[in-house]
Amino acid sequence: METLKFDLDTKSLREVNQFLHGDASGLNGKSIVIENPNGAHNIAVGLKAELDVTIKGHAGYYAAGMNQIAKVTIEGSAGSGVAENMMSGHVHVKGFASNAAGATANGGLLVIDGDAGLRCAIALKGADIVVGGSVGSFSAFMAQAGNFVILGDAGEGLGDSIYEAKVFVRGKVKSLGADCEEKTMNAEDRQILADLLKKSGYADVSPDSFKQYGSARTLYHFHVDNAGAY
Amino acid sequence: MSDEKSTDTIHKTPQTSPRQSATFDEYTNSEIRRAAATGIYDIRGGGSKRKLPHFDDLLFLGASVSRYPLEGYREKCGTDVVLGTRFAKKPIYLKTPVTIAGMSFGSLSGPTKEALGRGASAVGTSTTTGDGGMTPEERGHSTTLVYQYLPSRYGMNPDDLRKADAIEVVIGQGAKPGGGGMLLGQKITKRVAKMRCLPEGIDQRSACRHPDWTGPDDLEIKIAEIREITDWEKPIYVKIGATRPYFDVALAVKAGADVVVLDGMQGGTAATQEVFIEHVGLPILAAIRPAVQALQDLGMHRKVQLIVSGGIRNGADVAKALALGADAVAIGTAALIALGDNDPHLEKEYRKLGTTAGAYDDWHEGKDPAGITTQDPELMKRVDPIKAGHRLANYITVMTMEAQIVARACGKSHLHNLEPEDLVALTIEASAMAQVPLAGTSWIPGVTKF
Ligand SMILES: Cc1cc2nc3c(=O)[nH]c(=O)nc-3n(C[C@H](O)[C@H](O)[C@H](O)COP(=O)(O)O)c2cc1C
Repeated sequence: METLKFDLDTKSLREVNQFLHGDASGLNGKSIVIENPNGAHNIAVGLKAELDVTIKGHAGYYAAGMNQIAKVTIEGSAGSGVAENMMSGHVHVKGFASNAAGATANGGLLVIDGDAGLRCAIALKGADIVVGGSVGSFSAFMAQAGNFVILGDAGEGLGDSIYEAKVFVRGKVKSLGADCEEKTMNAEDRQILADLLKKSGYADVSPDSFKQYGSARTLYHFHVDNAGAY
Repeated sequence: MSDEKSTDTIHKTPQTSPRQSATFDEYTNSEIRRAAATGIYDIRGGGSKRKLPHFDDLLFLGASVSRYPLEGYREKCGTDVVLGTRFAKKPIYLKTPVTIAGMSFGSLSGPTKEALGRGASAVGTSTTTGDGGMTPEERGHSTTLVYQYLPSRYGMNPDDLRKADAIEVVIGQGAKPGGGGMLLGQKITKRVAKMRCLPEGIDQRSACRHPDWTGPDDLEIKIAEIREITDWEKPIYVKIGATRPYFDVALAVKAGADVVVLDGMQGGTAATQEVFIEHVGLPILAAIRPAVQALQDLGMHRKVQLIVSGGIRNGADVAKALALGADAVAIGTAALIALGDNDPHLEKEYRKLGTTAGAYDDWHEGKDPAGITTQDPELMKRVDPIKAGHRLANYITVMTMEAQIVARACGKSHLHNLEPEDLVALTIEASAMAQVPLAGTSWIPGVTKF
């Protein structure tokens, strides 16, 4: 595989992103290394080719935002909104992730080895997210679809106003948000969880050590009796 | 005999005629009864219905001895506008400053979105998507399409972002600044549900805040992200509801907007609580001057373009908005009326729904007899996208010509040469809000001494 190196100390982010947006036929199968990211925002956003991108250090906001197809590895930590609205592909954060990690992501897999901040998986729309550490408060807020696996603990208000997304937590949940309840894990969900653990490097962790959460579906229709919950 | 009788009447204690309260008027009382019966707030579509200070409270002075006019049909009066000249590699060129505001597929039917695209394209202006994403109908039939980037991110797809001609980051709407959208179960059909990635038939709320940023510094990074993804080609608009226009416009400019869209409280919505529509936000008349002031203070007037909306109905409104400093306007409600919304020929059907033509606003129920604000497959057939698009094109042409008529009368060879100087106000309120003198005086409350 051909490897290309970009140094953000000497090349502008604009040039790097422009290169990464080039014609897919010329980019497919290429390996890209981005050095000295130094927390720059918007690194490797809007990718849409079969690229393997490694960011050698910390990334700022929206790293790998709206990703399609590509694989992006961040060897440090990521700022707010990493892999936000990802459509497909694979984003791996080896350090910690800040707020709103994987916000509104539609597809693909986001793996965060460390902890994630507030509102992780907010408005999730179908992607899979696996967090090796703990997640902050209000995670999975209004999460619509997809699977969200937390190996550590979850903060307050987990899954507030959640729709059809599935949340699996191995540690403690500080509190559940409105309309989120514990579910019994069926065979199908157990399989989803087992597959995700395997894909994200946690094959040795048993799905049985998780509890599952989802929507109680009591807020799906505006109703007088729910007024207190709105 | 008869004399005696009439004397009797005179001596009876006179009755006062029944008097309705101005405070507890008929509508107010009906709302109290409705609330008492249901226990939940009223939801409706449309914008503020009460009388507000508006463009009707302004007049153009026209030319006379001290100014000379342009010849009505002979002398050129330009109407074109370029949007996105600040940063975008591909700014948008429109032949008229009248654009179509963002209205969601979901709130509107597919044929309606197509009609909007056809009508707007025929006269060289833009249409805008809305909550719920971009449909092939509207992309296909709109020469210039603005793609809304909303808090809900329903249907948000980077491929559509790249297909758009401009991107509008929606922070708020005039009808509900600080509020999110609503789409009730009746309108969440299979197609709408799929596009929004939601269960069919649920009552859906759209978020009121963006999920991955808060505050102006974050917005700057978000705008940079969208620019990076679209390789700095497309103009990026920021849409705000009129609340604190001076500060909000200044912050949008600082965050890197190419265009600011400012929507007043008369602006329509697909569905929101009545209390929100009528009690939150400013009428557009009060918002334009502070917005323009912010642009001028930053040296950005005409560099960052300003689009205003909220109750724009005719060419006079367009001309007045431009004279106050806007670069273009957007229309929502008026466009729907041009397509056939609330038309008196459907009166019988409106009556069946307990309303009357012109007053129908239960758009969220999806029963629109005109087939516009509905997802009902039978009702939506009533919109013929070609004919309705033609009506919209006619209407925008008329508005544009009307604005030209006024501009020529003021001696202006382009609509953008209209200025506050050309205007006076009929009321003290309008004078203070628009910062033009009260008619017949040189007084502007808050600016000059009486
Ligand atoms: C049916 C309908 C749907 C709307 N949907 C949206 C929307 O999805 N996003 C948005 O920013 N504004 C939406 N609006 C507001 C319009 O973009 C615009 O601000 C407003 O209609 C302008 O005021 P006017 O209706 O008085 O012309 C909607 C308005 C209507 C009437």
